[in-house]
Amino acid sequence: MSRYLRPLIVPAGAIALSLVVGAIVIWLTSPLVTRGGFDLMLPFTTYWALIRGSLLSVNALVDTAVQAAPLILVGLAVGLPFKAGLFNIGGQGQLLAGAVTAAAVGAMMSNSDPLVAVPAVLLVGMLAGALYGFLPGFLKAYTGAHEVVTTIMLNYVGIQIVAWAITGPLRDPASSFARSGDVGNAALPALFNAGGGHEAHLGILLPVVAVPLLWWLLYRSTIGFEIRTVGANPDAARYAGMKPRRLVIFAMTLAGALAGLAGSVQIAGEIHYMTAAYSTNIGFAAITVALLGRAHPIGILFAGLLLGGMQAGARLMQVEAGVPLQMVDLLQGVILFFLTAELIVRYVFRVRAQTGGLVEEVQTVTRTYGGQTTAP
Amino acid sequence: MADDVASATGGRVTAPALEMRGITKSYPGVRANDHIDLTVRPGEIHALLGENGAGKTTLMNVLYGLAVPDEGEILLDGLPVRIAGPSDAIARGISMVHQHFMLVPVLTVAENIQLGLESMAGPVFINRGAAAEKIRELGRRFGFEVDPDERVGRLSVGWQQRVEILKALYRDARILVLDEPTAVLTPQETSEIFAVLRRLRDEGHSIIFISHKLYEVLEIADRITVIRRGRVVGERLPGETNEYDLAELMVGRQVQLTVDRGESHPGEIVLSVSSLAAKNDRGRLAVEDVSFEVRAGEIFGIAGVAGNGQDEMVEAIVGLRSPSGGRITLAGEDVSSADARGMHQRGVSFVPADRQRFGLVLSYPVADNIVLTDYYDPPYSSGLIMNQTAIRERAEEAIERFDVRTPSASVSAGTLSGGNQQKLIVAREFDRDVRLLVLDQPTRGLDVGSVEFIHRQAIAKRDAGTAILLVSAELDELLELSDRIGVMYRGKLVAVVDGPAANREDIGLLMATGGTQPAQAA
Repeated sequence: MSRYLRPLIVPAGAIALSLVVGAIVIWLTSPLVTRGGFDLMLPFTTYWALIRGSLLSVNALVDTAVQAAPLILVGLAVGLPFKAGLFNIGGQGQLLAGAVTAAAVGAMMSNSDPLVAVPAVLLVGMLAGALYGFLPGFLKAYTGAHEVVTTIMLNYVGIQIVAWAITGPLRDPASSFARSGDVGNAALPALFNAGGGHEAHLGILLPVVAVPLLWWLLYRSTIGFEIRTVGANPDAARYAGMKPRRLVIFAMTLAGALAGLAGSVQIAGEIHYMTAAYSTNIGFAAITVALLGRAHPIGILFAGLLLGGMQAGARLMQVEAGVPLQMVDLLQGVILFFLTAELIVRYVFRVRAQTGGLVEEVQTVTRTYGGQTTAP
Repeated sequence: MADDVASATGGRVTAPALEMRGITKSYPGVRANDHIDLTVRPGEIHALLGENGAGKTTLMNVLYGLAVPDEGEILLDGLPVRIAGPSDAIARGISMVHQHFMLVPVLTVAENIQLGLESMAGPVFINRGAAAEKIRELGRRFGFEVDPDERVGRLSVGWQQRVEILKALYRDARILVLDEPTAVLTPQETSEIFAVLRRLRDEGHSIIFISHKLYEVLEIADRITVIRRGRVVGERLPGETNEYDLAELMVGRQVQLTVDRGESHPGEIVLSVSSLAAKNDRGRLAVEDVSFEVRAGEIFGIAGVAGNGQDEMVEAIVGLRSPSGGRITLAGEDVSSADARGMHQRGVSFVPADRQRFGLVLSYPVADNIVLTDYYDPPYSSGLIMNQTAIRERAEEAIERFDVRTPSASVSAGTLSGGNQQKLIVAREFDRDVRLLVLDQPTRGLDVGSVEFIHRQAIAKRDAGTAILLVSAELDELLELSDRIGVMYRGKLVAVVDGPAANREDIGLLMATGGTQPAQAA
């Protein structure tokens, strides 16, 4: 088998199996939807609606791109640390840090020239995310504090910071409920408006820039070589005179910047203000994206498009098939399950494991989760 | 030949304890075993000799039920059997003592021996008393009593090996497979283990002894089967063969077992270490007051049982560990505080002991591994940008010049054999302007052909005026190459002897005792 196709087997298998599991769940619950007994065809109706809602119209494509953009950016923020042997579960917190900062600066610059305001909002979001990623990176490098623990904690800290900021200093006095001011001129300009609220904003171009840039960084630059070496074999990296501490900090900081950028895109591109209860599951879905894309920037691009498409098609699915929106989350969860339980996929599709069995990223997950940083 | 053996075992002619007939096993692309016949009699030490990749491991996996042969049959005591897996093999009295011990250091001897053995467990609790008694009794019977309640981590490597053997005996093994049992032992420990093995043999056990150390095989074996590229290429009795004959069978061509080292011409001092001290990872002093000098064009050997501070000393010298005291100078310059890259840039090359852990990134292509220590320098990169073309050209040239057997420069280093992985490191570290070459166990686990190659390269480097620091657990290697040999014991350099005049036994004694017992004629 071609060495380019081989890495695709497990992700493709995980998707296929999740569709089967999803179909069984849809079929078993179909009496609740149709109120008239089991509907054998309901899974097909559901998936067809999902496809139409994500691909088969201009509106659908616009929605998919808009949904996919932040997933890809945060997916890169999880995938890059994977390459350095780190498991960044803090995409969520880093995204929130970027979002709340973007909301603050956006509200302040709502009357400024868009040519200044838009780059400013994107940039401060990146910086805030970078700082939020730097923290666990620094703690890991100099105190050994485990990034899984610190990033999970910082996710909660992020939620509380948002709640405090929006009810406190950032609260828009003109509004009757707790929310920040509108970003006004700092909103990302529309590239294309398909009408009916289907608008493609500038944010969808960011992955187009970020993916090739990150690919180049990882596979064509010396720093990427160092990051990958630290991830693949930290002892060999030290032997080769690399500086693992600096690389850990760099990878986490850059990851934070990407997730923070996604946060600015959400605020300045989508909702234009922030509420105290602002919530999203992008930070967690991004873990699925990174694993499905096998931590490779190109893979993450396609995985982000897939999950973004599922989010985009969910509404049509609910309308046409009567299956609740949450079905999409279930599918994502099952995909993640099969990705980490890779052996099941290999067994079902009779694929022999490559040397070492588990894919590297999953190894990083299991290894880092067990609290060990190097294999014994 | 059968008569010889029959007389050796006291005239009893019984069915072979083990007979493997026509074992054939193919993996994609290779025929690992090609109609191999192996007959092991009761009360016999049977050596299985072959280079890495010759098919020894596959054959033993077949015997142990880990691999299903495509063809062939296995007979135990003359009866054909089908071995379903390791637990089945153990139940039939076949046990393996692995090269890397499968012992849990924090558990006691008795706990390790019982590990995985359900029969000794009651419904809830393990029956400790009975097990301890049985272990003591086995020890008495075979002449190596060990305290069942001692933690394995506190035992020396030689005793850990005995625990592995006890583990097999505890399971009533009649056929013991020992995979390179002496790789980690000192000469003294080796002869002690040999005594144990002879005792086992005399009690009627059959032992399959896997090794590629020729003189050991000649010393211990009753019969020798040599395999090469999956086939049996010869059977010998130790009395009718010698090291050259065996080496030729093993490699398939004439091999020079000892490289003609020629004369060395030591020049000015390159490396000077004075009163060096270094701590290990747990913060304890592992190297104490070590002083020596290595001159250009000279090979300075360091002997010692593994774990006596050699690793920490080497790491301190190459900049991977900060010394806690003393001075290191390179050609007059104080480099005590230089880091690994600083040392590399000053012309220090380092071949680490654990090539898979330190020397290579196994998942990387051969080409990336070739530039692992100088990827940041032109022509391989300029600033941030790596030059893939230059890297590939360098890799192809190195593969050619150092005879690294690989399908291409783009396959991952992990797919190469151990010998070729080491050649890859040698190509990277030797093939540049080197002032000091630090070789830590450069030939550990390698086959005869690769050892010969690496020794030749080292001699060539020496002749070109490089100072070489050679750390090895293989006394033969040190004696063969070194101009002077220092012996390390518990972190100290306890003696420095003249290489060509050095005596095996004296150095072995120094390694084992640090010279507290007076070595004869030292």
